[in-house]
Amino acid sequence: MNLKLWITVAASCLSTAALAQDSNKLVIEGEALVTETAAPAHMENVDTIYSGWRFRSSETQALETDDFDNPGFVFLDQGVDLFEKVDGSEGKACASCHEDIEDFAGLRTQLPRVQDGKLASMEDLVNECRTERMGAKPWKWSGGQMTAMTGLIGLQSRGMPVNVEIDGEAAPFWEKGKELYYTRVGQLDMACSNCHENNFGVMIRADHLSQGQINGFPTYRLKNAKLNSIHARFKGCMKNIRAEPFKEGGDEFKALELYLASRGQGLSVETPSVRN
Amino acid sequence: MKRAFGLAAVAALATSAALAETVAPTNVALVDGVIKTSLTGQPGDAGVGRKVFANRKQGNCLACHTNSDLSEEIFHGEVGPPMDGVADRWSEGELRAIVTNSKQVFEDTIMPAFYIESGYERPLEKFAGKSILSAQQVEDVVAYLMTLKEE
Repeated sequence: MNLKLWITVAASCLSTAALAQDSNKLVIEGEALVTETAAPAHMENVDTIYSGWRFRSSETQALETDDFDNPGFVFLDQGVDLFEKVDGSEGKACASCHEDIEDFAGLRTQLPRVQDGKLASMEDLVNECRTERMGAKPWKWSGGQMTAMTGLIGLQSRGMPVNVEIDGEAAPFWEKGKELYYTRVGQLDMACSNCHENNFGVMIRADHLSQGQINGFPTYRLKNAKLNSIHARFKGCMKNIRAEPFKEGGDEFKALELYLASRGQGLSVETPSVRN
Repeated sequence: MKRAFGLAAVAALATSAALAETVAPTNVALVDGVIKTSLTGQPGDAGVGRKVFANRKQGNCLACHTNSDLSEEIFHGEVGPPMDGVADRWSEGELRAIVTNSKQVFEDTIMPAFYIESGYERPLEKFAGKSILSAQQVEDVVAYLMTLKEE
């Protein structure tokens, strides 16, 4: 077989494999996670939702199945130290009030949620504790301390189904997020839906398009070797389509976060997931 | 001194003559899915167009289209239709229209318009008011696409 033919054959095998999400099952430390389930009723154009894990290579997938191999855990260990560390004018650490970190089980599944009329992401809750109760400075939204902490808190919900509130007080925020999801922006003039709803499962150059689910955040990316916040990922996506990103922690990204979380209702929390 | 000035004047004249023949994005005559004539008044260079097609900072067409003619590039996207034989399926005027502003040919397409400089929201500052490709790059890509024949 000549070289060119061999390359063609290899390429066609690759493209067959890349036609859709794979059928692998995610088991982490012996626990089976839900990476595929029926789409929630509000999603008009999609029948089945899949975790981004299902679109990654087997090598990347494997890293998430063992906490020792998962590079995100290095940062969660830093989170454990931060949790115990006294900071601010009140002489308190997180652990001063939250004696058992496991009490946060379930929190990740509900966020973002409306509190006092405002939409609050986990980063808001962490910084509220720091500024209001510890007398400490707020952490940067996507900084290393924040992602270490949101990763550690998120881990307590791993395996539990995403279950955000979208009705009642949350409805106007959810509607705003939905509108953003379908609005084209940037010089490339694309909406989230163009890639992640209409074209998930196909290759865009070297990348296998997923549904853009956020059930695994903060996520460890091989690309930058650190934990990445949800809003930082939104920012990266917007820059890719040559759009001026919204502000991390701003109303737009929080609304989009709520809408995207709701498109993943029923998927297991995978924090800290591993992606490329 | 005089001679240098004269050369500069000639160069300036030549430049303005070339500019005068280039159709600005807002003046492009895209009618019934066709742009009949070159956007620059010049023919495209298929060799340059091949590079623009593959270049991630330029056309980056490979991000979404497979193309056997560029088999030396390892990753080809699958979002849009394959480019093999594209010249058998479309005329030059149709391809020029699709590359220039696909949304005026295919409603709701994901494909960006490569020769518009307004009409998109929230562009990053460095791209604001600019088209993705220049008029000549569009012509070069169209010339290249016209070489992709199977029949």
